[in-house]
Amino acid sequence: MKPAAFDYVRAESLDEALAVLGEEGADARILAGGQSFMAMLNMRLARPKVLVDIMRIGALDRIDEAKGEIVIGAGVRQARLLGWDRLAEKLPLIALALPWTGHAQTRSRGTVCGSIAHADPSAELPLSLIALGGAVHLRSARKRRRVAAADYITGMMSTARADNEMIEAVSFPISSGRGYGFREVARRHGDFAVVACAAAVHDDGIRFAVGGVADKPEARDWPRLDGGALDDALNAFAYELEARDDVHATARYRRELVRRVGRSVIEEAARCHA
Amino acid sequence: MSRLSAGRRHKVAFTLNGQPVAGEAEPRMLLTDFLRHTIGATGTHVGCEHGVCGACTVSVDGMMTRACLTLAVQVEGCDLRTVEGLAPAPGRLSVLQAAFRRHHALQCGFCTAGILMSLDVFLQANPEPTEAQIRDLLSGHLCRCTGYTPIIRAALEAAAELAPTPLKERTDHV
Repeated sequence: MKPAAFDYVRAESLDEALAVLGEEGADARILAGGQSFMAMLNMRLARPKVLVDIMRIGALDRIDEAKGEIVIGAGVRQARLLGWDRLAEKLPLIALALPWTGHAQTRSRGTVCGSIAHADPSAELPLSLIALGGAVHLRSARKRRRVAAADYITGMMSTARADNEMIEAVSFPISSGRGYGFREVARRHGDFAVVACAAAVHDDGIRFAVGGVADKPEARDWPRLDGGALDDALNAFAYELEARDDVHATARYRRELVRRVGRSVIEEAARCHA
Repeated sequence: MSRLSAGRRHKVAFTLNGQPVAGEAEPRMLLTDFLRHTIGATGTHVGCEHGVCGACTVSVDGMMTRACLTLAVQVEGCDLRTVEGLAPAPGRLSVLQAAFRRHHALQCGFCTAGILMSLDVFLQANPEPTEAQIRDLLSGHLCRCTGYTPIIRAALEAAAELAPTPLKERTDHV
């Protein structure tokens, strides 16, 4: 339960961090809040040769509004975003989802971008990014690119990030005219979700996303269904997610949670919208 | 930029409970081990070593921090507070610690240091907490002795004692 040996780089600027990633490639990993990655180091599930600590780079600790979206820098801790006074107005789904993310003791250190970089299939922030159709801003020493959420997460804890890239920021579209709902079921509040559901309801339709079941968060867009039609859509989605049995829950139980929690979350979002 | 090489020990200095402390650590050394083995501050306990149990929670620059998910080299120059810093004087307990004793909010005491540090940080930012807020905060800790109820009582009573408004005038908790 102790990490294997690594060099530690305390980067003072983004350029310094990117230079190390450029030189070391897959042997280097970014350390931000460390609330997922340090556990992986302790269990030696990750054994990088170099760790690049980016939390002393003041320029990454920014929340900006630009072109209809909120851009959250790689240094922004989850607790800071949760305490941001415009959060409920600009990103109501994130305001609903963040209290489910870990515990107060991990949100105080963990970053928004770090959770998305980790891409755990049951984590709330990657699910919210998929539900809202956000984007990930990747940067290497040579270039910047912006990857849509759906293209960024490629599978269980795997992403489109190249070895010489890091997440500079993530962006979420600012809410307009939608109602939102979020809920999850876990063994203990703050633990990994057995099933997590996010919904956005607008005049013409429903967007519904599920985490914790497939190897990455999945979303569907439906027209404004209700009654039996909504049950049928949820049931079809529950089967499409190809749930598996594990020590926490059976596939059947997960499908049932998608149907039941999903319905209540969509109803909650519809009430919010009305 | 400073690069600390893997196989060597490097000087780490920070403030611990108001006093400057320093020692040497390899980059991979966890803050839990640095506090306990290098500094000798064994009040911070080591439970699960992957951030789940909360026994090692300390305050770093006012943030609740799992010391087992923190490298010693990460806290260079930071302001740390641990359970050793809570008591106002030798032989005297803080308001929160005294409430824990009155309510039997600990039995074996293994989880207590971490819970006290979480509550100490939380109550400074939230001087009039509700029971629901305390329960939510405690979801980040595991206690196998108490069943949590005495901890919640102790926390609410300590908050009431510390808060500017007397308990009788407040209606936001049981």
